[in-house]
This record gives sequence, C-alpha cells and structure tokens, in this order.
Amino acid sequence: MSSNVAMPSRHDGSVATRTWFVATEDHAHGGGATLIGFWIYLMSDALIFASLFAVFGVLGRNYAGGPGPKQLFDLSLVALNTGLLLASSITFGIAMMAMESDRVKRTMFWLVITGLLGLGFLYVEMHEFAELVAQGATPQRSAFLSIFFTLVGTHGAHVAFGLIWLVTMLIQIGQRGLHVENRRRIVCLSMFWHFLDIVWIGVFTFVYLYGVIR
Amino acid sequence: MTTSAASRPADHGHSHGNKQRFITGSALAVLLTAIPFWLVMSGGLHSGSATALTIFAFAMVQIVVHVVYFLHVDTKSEGGWTLMATLFTAIIVVLTIVGSIWVMYHLDVNMMPMPTAPGGMGAMR
Repeated sequence: MSSNVAMPSRHDGSVATRTWFVATEDHAHGGGATLIGFWIYLMSDALIFASLFAVFGVLGRNYAGGPGPKQLFDLSLVALNTGLLLASSITFGIAMMAMESDRVKRTMFWLVITGLLGLGFLYVEMHEFAELVAQGATPQRSAFLSIFFTLVGTHGAHVAFGLIWLVTMLIQIGQRGLHVENRRRIVCLSMFWHFLDIVWIGVFTFVYLYGVIR
Repeated sequence: MTTSAASRPADHGHSHGNKQRFITGSALAVLLTAIPFWLVMSGGLHSGSATALTIFAFAMVQIVVHVVYFLHVDTKSEGGWTLMATLFTAIIVVLTIVGSIWVMYHLDVNMMPMPTAPGGMGAMR
C-alpha cells in the first residue's frame, strides 16, 4: 500500500536521500504483511520437510531384504535433475531483476524458461520413479522405499504446484502487466521456488549422495 | 545503496548491486552443488565418513548461501522478523532431524534382541 504513495516521490526527481531509501524498501518488498505471512508459511512447510527428513533418517536403512540406494540410484540422473532445478532458481532470479526494472516481456521470457526447467525436473523425476517401480522397487517394498517416495514425492508435488502457480502468473502478467498485486504474487512465487531448491539441497545430499556412500 | 543522492543514479546503483550479489550467489550455488557430486561420483575421499561429513558441510553452507543471496534474509528485512522466523525454524528443523535419529538409534541399539525365528520381527529386517 505505502509503495503506491512512496513511488511517485522517487520518480519525480526528489533528491531527499531519506525519502528515496524508504521508497526502495517499500518498492522492493511491496506488501510487507503478505510477504512476512508467506515467509511464515514457508517456514511451516520447512517443518513438514524436516519431519520427513527425520523419518528418512530413522527408516533409511530398513531395506527389508530389498534393494538399497547403491543398487537403485543413478547419480548422473540426480546430477542432471539438480542442475535443472538450480538453473531454474537462477533464471527466476533473472526474471526478478527484469521485473525490478519494469521489463514485462523480459520478465515473462525468463519465467517461461524457469517453468520449462521445472517441467524438465519433474519429467526426469517421474522417469526415475517409473524406472524404480518397473524394477519392483515400489513404496510397498520396504520402509526405506516408502519414505524415499514420500519425501522425494512431496518435494515433487510442491514443484508441480509451483508450476501451476507459475502458469497462472504468466497469464496474469500477460493480461494485466506488472501491477502492484502481480509483483507481490511474483515475489511470493520466487520465495516458494527458491525454498524448493533449498529443500532439494537436503534431498540430494541426505538421500542420494549420502545413500550411495554409506 | 547510499552512493548517490539523486534518485536515478541511485536506482541504477541499487540494481547493479543486486545483480552483482545475485551473480556471486549463483556462482557459489553452482560450485557448492558441483563439488559434492564430483566428490561422490569420483569415488570420494579415503573414508566414507570423511566424504559424508564433507558433503553435509557443503549442504549446510549452500543452504545458507541460498537463504542469504536468493531469499535475501538479513537483519533488516521486515524489521528482522524474517531472520527471527528463519532462525527459529532452523532450530526446530535441527532438533527434529538430529533428535529423531539420535533417539531412534539408541532405541535400536539398547532394545533387547528380537527372536530371529522365521517370520518373526528379526526376519523383517
């Protein structure tokens, strides 16, 4: 709200440093109450993932005589997936910078690239899941596989919903441009997307890399 | 951010600083991802536990890098409340994960051995 009031003072050539500083603060984080609220949501989501990681830590070695990480995981596939998700986080950052300099087409372009990378991530993950199921390594096989599919699948579901949100935002920006509400939504989505990349750091380290070496 | 008093050049300097920060963060993130993968895929260090400790250390650092450079959590954002919420969450996350593994490991070690008759719980493991 206050960014609406503060922004004109920034563009009319005001030289008061204090005014400018307040304006950028509001401009960069438009809708403060929404953003802190969304941050709290992300933190609660982090707790969901924390409990799933804890369960994986407890059950991760209970193979029930079935296949373990060494037989199941293809690290080059995981490396590809990690690269896709990290690249999508970086392209979202580029889109955010384009949004800050009010370039609508450029913002949309980088959001589309982000979405395609996210889609690629999901495709590779589904491919991996299908391979595992084809080998008989289904969630029913062992406690290890149950929590593996739950943890990695929950992350994948988040990415899928993030993609739906991303497509919605692309339509919104296409129809209405980068107005204050859309900016606020994009900032929330970028937080969500970067958060998912952070969760993935835990997944590739704790589940895949540690699974293979222990 | 406070290099110039005029609004236009200041704005430019601000976004330039953001860009520089973002490039630093991205480079660090790529590096911190690539090294653990390379370490494990090339056979790892001499001992498994040394490799494990190294990749966990890299993950911790990378999480901090993402939170600081991509999510812009610092002492100033939202009057410090995002930082407070993040630190609180970090404490709970560590307690949940480390606590669960610790408790369940000791439970596992200290429990009376299960009978290993066919079809018993011993056979399940």
